Amino acid sequence: MSDDLSFFFLLMSNGLLIGLMYSLIALGFVLVYKATDAINFAQGEFVMIAGFVTAGALMVWGAPLWVAVALALVSLVAFGFVLERVMLRRLIGRPVIAVVMATIGLAAILRGVGPFVIFSGTKPLPLPIRDEPFMLGPIFIPPIQLLGAGVSLAFLAGFGWFFLKSRKGIAMRAVADNQQVAMAMGIDVERYFGVAWAMTGVVSALGGILWGNLLGVDVNLALVGFKVFPVVILGGLDSIPGAIIGGLIVGVVENIAAGYVDPYVGGGTKDFAPYVLMILALMIRPYGIFGKRIIERV
Amino acid sequence: MIHRECGVLKTTYEADMGLYPLPIAKWTVAALGVLFVVVIPLSLHEYYLSVANLVWIAVIGALGLNILVGYTGQVSIGHGAFMSVGAYTAANLANRLGSPWPVNLLAGGLMAALIGAIVGIPSLRIKGLYLAIATLAGQLIIEWTINHVTFISGGVQASIEVARPRLGPMVLSSQRDMYYFLLVFVVLGIAGTMNLMRTRVGRAFIAIRDHDIAAEIIGINIFRYKLLAFAISSFYAGVTGVLYTYFLGIANYEQFQIGVSIDYLAMIIIGGLGSVLGSIFGAIFVTLLPIVIRYAMEAFGGIFFAPQTVLNLIPNLRLMLFGALIIFFLIVEPEGLNRLWRNIRSYFRVWPFAY
Repeated sequence: MSDDLSFFFLLMSNGLLIGLMYSLIALGFVLVYKATDAINFAQGEFVMIAGFVTAGALMVWGAPLWVAVALALVSLVAFGFVLERVMLRRLIGRPVIAVVMATIGLAAILRGVGPFVIFSGTKPLPLPIRDEPFMLGPIFIPPIQLLGAGVSLAFLAGFGWFFLKSRKGIAMRAVADNQQVAMAMGIDVERYFGVAWAMTGVVSALGGILWGNLLGVDVNLALVGFKVFPVVILGGLDSIPGAIIGGLIVGVVENIAAGYVDPYVGGGTKDFAPYVLMILALMIRPYGIFGKRIIERV
Repeated sequence: MIHRECGVLKTTYEADMGLYPLPIAKWTVAALGVLFVVVIPLSLHEYYLSVANLVWIAVIGALGLNILVGYTGQVSIGHGAFMSVGAYTAANLANRLGSPWPVNLLAGGLMAALIGAIVGIPSLRIKGLYLAIATLAGQLIIEWTINHVTFISGGVQASIEVARPRLGPMVLSSQRDMYYFLLVFVVLGIAGTMNLMRTRVGRAFIAIRDHDIAAEIIGINIFRYKLLAFAISSFYAGVTGVLYTYFLGIANYEQFQIGVSIDYLAMIIIGGLGSVLGSIFGAIFVTLLPIVIRYAMEAFGGIFFAPQTVLNLIPNLRLMLFGALIIFFLIVEPEGLNRLWRNIRSYFRVWPFAY
C-alpha cells in the first residue's frame, strides 16, 4: 500500500472512532431536544463537569475508579433532575433566546464551579486500559477511542431499544410528539422532562470520563461541546441515528481536512471544517439527514 | 426622566406630546450633561476613566446588538466577530494607507455591516435556534479566517498596532481625551438608535419581531428588513471594534472571541431587550461586574480563602456570578434592569399621593 493511501486510511479510521465519541456527546443534546424542545448550549460543560467530578474523585480525594465513575453518574443525574425543576421548567413557553441564554449562563456557571470547587489546573483522568495503540497494518487505533466508540454504540443500541420497546420510552416519544395530547393520555409530562435531563446526565458523565481520559481534565474540556452543533445539525436535531451519522461525518471531515489542509494554513482546520459543512447543511437541508421536517420557512 | 409629575395637569395635546413633559425635565437633561461632560472626566482618576471608557465602548456595542436581538427578534451569537471585522479593517487601513481615523471608523463600520449582512442571509430561511447556531458558525469562521489569513491579521500573533487618533494637531493619548472622544460616539449611538426606532425602518423591525407573518402581510419586505437589521447592528459592532482598537492601541482577535459575543448578549438581557436605556444599564452592569468582584475579593476574599488563591479564584467567581445573573434575570425579571428602573420611577411619579 502506498504511503498516501495508508495516510488516508489512518485519517479515516481515526475520524470514524473520534466521530463516534462526538456522537456520544451529541446524544445528550438530542435526548433533551427531542423530549423537551429545549436547546442545551451547555452540553460541553456537562461533559466537562463530569470530567471534573471523576478526576477530582480519583486524583484529589483518592477514591477508587468505580467510586469515581459512580459518583460522576449519580451527581450528573441528580444535576439533570434539579436543573429541569429549578431552571428549565420556568422557561417553558418562553422565546428560544431565553432558553439559549439560560443554558449559556449555565455554561458560565459550570465553567466557574469546576475549578472553583473541585480543583484548578489540569489533571489527568487515568483509566485502566493499555496505552499502546493496536496496530492493524498501517492503521493504529488508540484503545481509548475504541472504548469510546464501543460505549457510544452501546448507548445507541440501548436508547434505540428504550424508545422503541419500553413503556417509558414510548411515553417519552409521545411527550416529544405532542405534549398536550400526551398529558391528556395520562402521561406525567413534567416527570419525563426530568427523566430526559437525567438521561442526558448519564450520557454526559460517560462522555466526560472518556473525553477526560483523552484530553485531560480542565476548563478546555468543554470545547468538545462546540462539535455538538455541526453533529446535530447534520444528523437532525431530534434524531438518535442522526447523532451517530452526524458524529461520523464530522469526525471524518475534520480529520481529513486537518490532515490535508493544515500543512498549508498552519493548523486549526479541525475546528473550522465542521462549521463550514454545517453552514452548507443549514442552507440546503436545515432539518438534517434524519430530522423531522418541521422547520418554519420565513 | 427623574421627576415627579404630581400636580401637573396638561390641558393641550401639544403639552402632552412635548419632548420635555415638565419644565424641570430640561434641568435633568442639563444636569446629566454636566455630570458626564464636566464632573466625571475632570474629577476621576485615570484608571477610573479607563473603566468609564470601557463602559462607553460596551454601550455602543450593546445598542447595536439590541437593535438586532431586542428590536428585530433575530438571535445572534456573532457580535464579537463583527467587532473584529471592524477592528481589523480599521487597523489595516491605518497601517497600510495611513488614512485618518474618521475614514477608518466609517470603513470599519461599513465592512462589518457587509459581513454582518452576509452572515444574516440564513436568517431568511431559518430562525430561532437554527439562526443562533448559524451565527455561532459565523463567529467561529470569522475568528478562524482572521487568525489564519496573514493579509488580514498581519502575521505575528494576529495583532496590529494602531497609532492614537489625532484631532488636528492634537493626539488623543490620555484617558481623558479618549473619554471625550468616545462620549461623542455614545451620544450619536443613543440618539441614532432612539430615532431609528421612530422611523419606518424601526417600526418594521419591531413588527417583524412581534409577528413575522403578520408583518409580511401588512407589506413589510422581510428579506430586506432582516438584512438591514443585521447590517445596522453589525455597523454598530464594527464601530465598537474600531473604537476599542483605538482605545487599546492594538487590534487583536483575542479581544473579540465568542466570550465577547456572550458578554454582549448578557448585557442586553440583564439590561432589558428592546430598550435603549436597558442597553446602557446592561453595558454598565456587565462591564463593572468583574471590576467590582475584584475589589470585593481583594477586600474580603482573605476572610474565606487562602490569600495566595484569591487571585486565581476571581475569574471563576466572575463566571459563576455572571451565569447566575443571566439565569436570574431570565427567570425573575425578563425585561431586565430597565423594567426595575421603570417600576421605581412609576412608583415615585405621583409620590406621595396615590394619583
